[in-house]
Amino acid sequence: MKPILSVKQLNTRFETFDGNVYAVNDVNFELMAGETLAVVGESGSGKSVTMLSILGLLPISTARVSGHAFFNKNVKAVDLIVLPANALNRYRGKHISIIFQDALRSLNPVQTVGEQISESLMTHLGYGKRKSYRRAVELLEMVGISQPDKRYYSYPHMFSGGMRQRAMIAIAISCSPDILIADEPTTALDVTIQTQITELIRRLQREMGMTVIWITHDLGVVAGIADRVMVMYAGTGVEISPVDQLYESPQHPYTEGLLGAIPNISATGKKRLVSIVGAPPDLFQEPAHCQFAWRCPYVFEKCWKRIPPNFKIGEGHLSKCFYDLKLKQPRTEV
Amino acid sequence: MLLGVLFLVFFLLHLTGDPVTLMVSRHASPSEIAALRQELGFDRPILVQFWDYLTNALQGDFGHSFRYRQPAMNLVMERIPATIELASVALFMAILMGVTIGILGGSNPNSILDSLARGIGLLGQTIPTFWLGLILIIIFSVNLGWFPTYGRSTFELFGLNIPDKSIVLPAFALSLFTTGQLARFTRSAVLEVMNEEYVTTARSKGLRKIRIYSRYILKNSAIPMISIIGVQFSYLLSGSIYIETIFSWPGLGNLLAEAVSTRDFFLVQATAFFTSFVVIGLQLVTDLIYMLVDPRIRYR
Repeated sequence: MKPILSVKQLNTRFETFDGNVYAVNDVNFELMAGETLAVVGESGSGKSVTMLSILGLLPISTARVSGHAFFNKNVKAVDLIVLPANALNRYRGKHISIIFQDALRSLNPVQTVGEQISESLMTHLGYGKRKSYRRAVELLEMVGISQPDKRYYSYPHMFSGGMRQRAMIAIAISCSPDILIADEPTTALDVTIQTQITELIRRLQREMGMTVIWITHDLGVVAGIADRVMVMYAGTGVEISPVDQLYESPQHPYTEGLLGAIPNISATGKKRLVSIVGAPPDLFQEPAHCQFAWRCPYVFEKCWKRIPPNFKIGEGHLSKCFYDLKLKQPRTEV
Repeated sequence: MLLGVLFLVFFLLHLTGDPVTLMVSRHASPSEIAALRQELGFDRPILVQFWDYLTNALQGDFGHSFRYRQPAMNLVMERIPATIELASVALFMAILMGVTIGILGGSNPNSILDSLARGIGLLGQTIPTFWLGLILIIIFSVNLGWFPTYGRSTFELFGLNIPDKSIVLPAFALSLFTTGQLARFTRSAVLEVMNEEYVTTARSKGLRKIRIYSRYILKNSAIPMISIIGVQFSYLLSGSIYIETIFSWPGLGNLLAEAVSTRDFFLVQATAFFTSFVVIGLQLVTDLIYMLVDPRIRYR
């Protein structure tokens, strides 16, 4: 199977008055058609910025993006990073869509929900007014909004949180995209609604054959929905692995720490919650060595010398760490 | 609120002195002055005078102008069209210039265009209008002879008296402060909206730039602009004293300046009443426009 999206050596930095912020540092991953890739990591680890960089959605005045993101649907792959805005607009919203965390702030408050769906249809598929109205109503129904023909004319503020996220999803899937990026789509919602939205996206993925990138920091959700997982730390993908392998034998100390920090509900006695010691590094420094070294329990001399490369652990399993967690010894480099 | 304004103006006016002394000739005897004062009712206690004025005003009688010997409100009404013309043209110019400059500046933050926009915004607000009016007269009327130096001339169109080019200079001079205000406020409104997440959504949908501007950025930045334009229009309608005096524009400001200097009490009060009425009325109109633009405050 060929990857539908290959991201190579993606770097993003923000130029600020206080200096450069190195938000994304050498991110590489391949997305296979039809799969669900979960991207996990704590706040500020560069999950969202990676996706926004690929779609060219960062403010051009401050963000500097380099690297490649090959979109590989047609015969010839297109590098989205170098594409000028006009050409990029043929892919954004049509082939690759994104759902954001906060649907209230992500929907235009002065435009009806229906219009916000139809404008995508009109822009990308060349639909007329009536055709796009009919399709928009269908889409609203698909995402589970009752009385869709009436709701077409509602404004976002008249919707509940869950309905707004459903409307957001309707916009994102309106042109049957190949890739759907779900950027923490359930974080701002009630727990009961979270499950509904998760299920909705999964159902639509099956029905429409979409490839999904699911950004989250909920490792519980990941286990249920993802085929593969990329763990991000300080702007770089530290481990990428099929989901079952990741939970069975994490190969990066950070992943191990994350999994160890999941509270165990069946545990007896008054145990303290486990956490990873220390805090994430300062992103104002250009990384010159492993960014997890400060907090790593296995750290040794080499970790401070340079950035570890991607070590191949198994089929589709990569880890950016000099230490072999299985054998409890430093890895030998090829 | 109208009552408060009337009350304040009434008492402040009486603090300025006795109008009768300005009305009679210098050689009038004290008894003649007293007689006139009694005839006009200025000898009564001030609260009585105010009560009297108020009850008459409620019946539509705002008193007579001492100088013109005509009902004060009639004089005000006569001057209103000229002022509305001037204010409307000035507002139109200010919106055209200010909003354009603001949008250009706000959508290209920290560019040369933006510095220019901020510069114009600042200049517009700091240049004194009376000074600007005089400079404009010197350059465009005296030296270049493109416009008349003063007065209002009109031509007839469909039975209406439309002012000709004589309105250009006073309207421009009057509009500059508002232009500056609007440029600054539009710039910050656009800048703020540009950073909203729904604009990112719009871009993620692959919409064309023109649609992102018209449906997302401008429509949303228009909301805070409405109240500013409303306030500015009432300022233009009432605050043109300098400009109208410099250009001898026969409007309300001109009338007010004259009335104040001759202590024409009832005329000043009628003008003040009308102005506060306009301010309150415009506020209502502003609220109504809000409901049209912002669906979040629409009632059903």
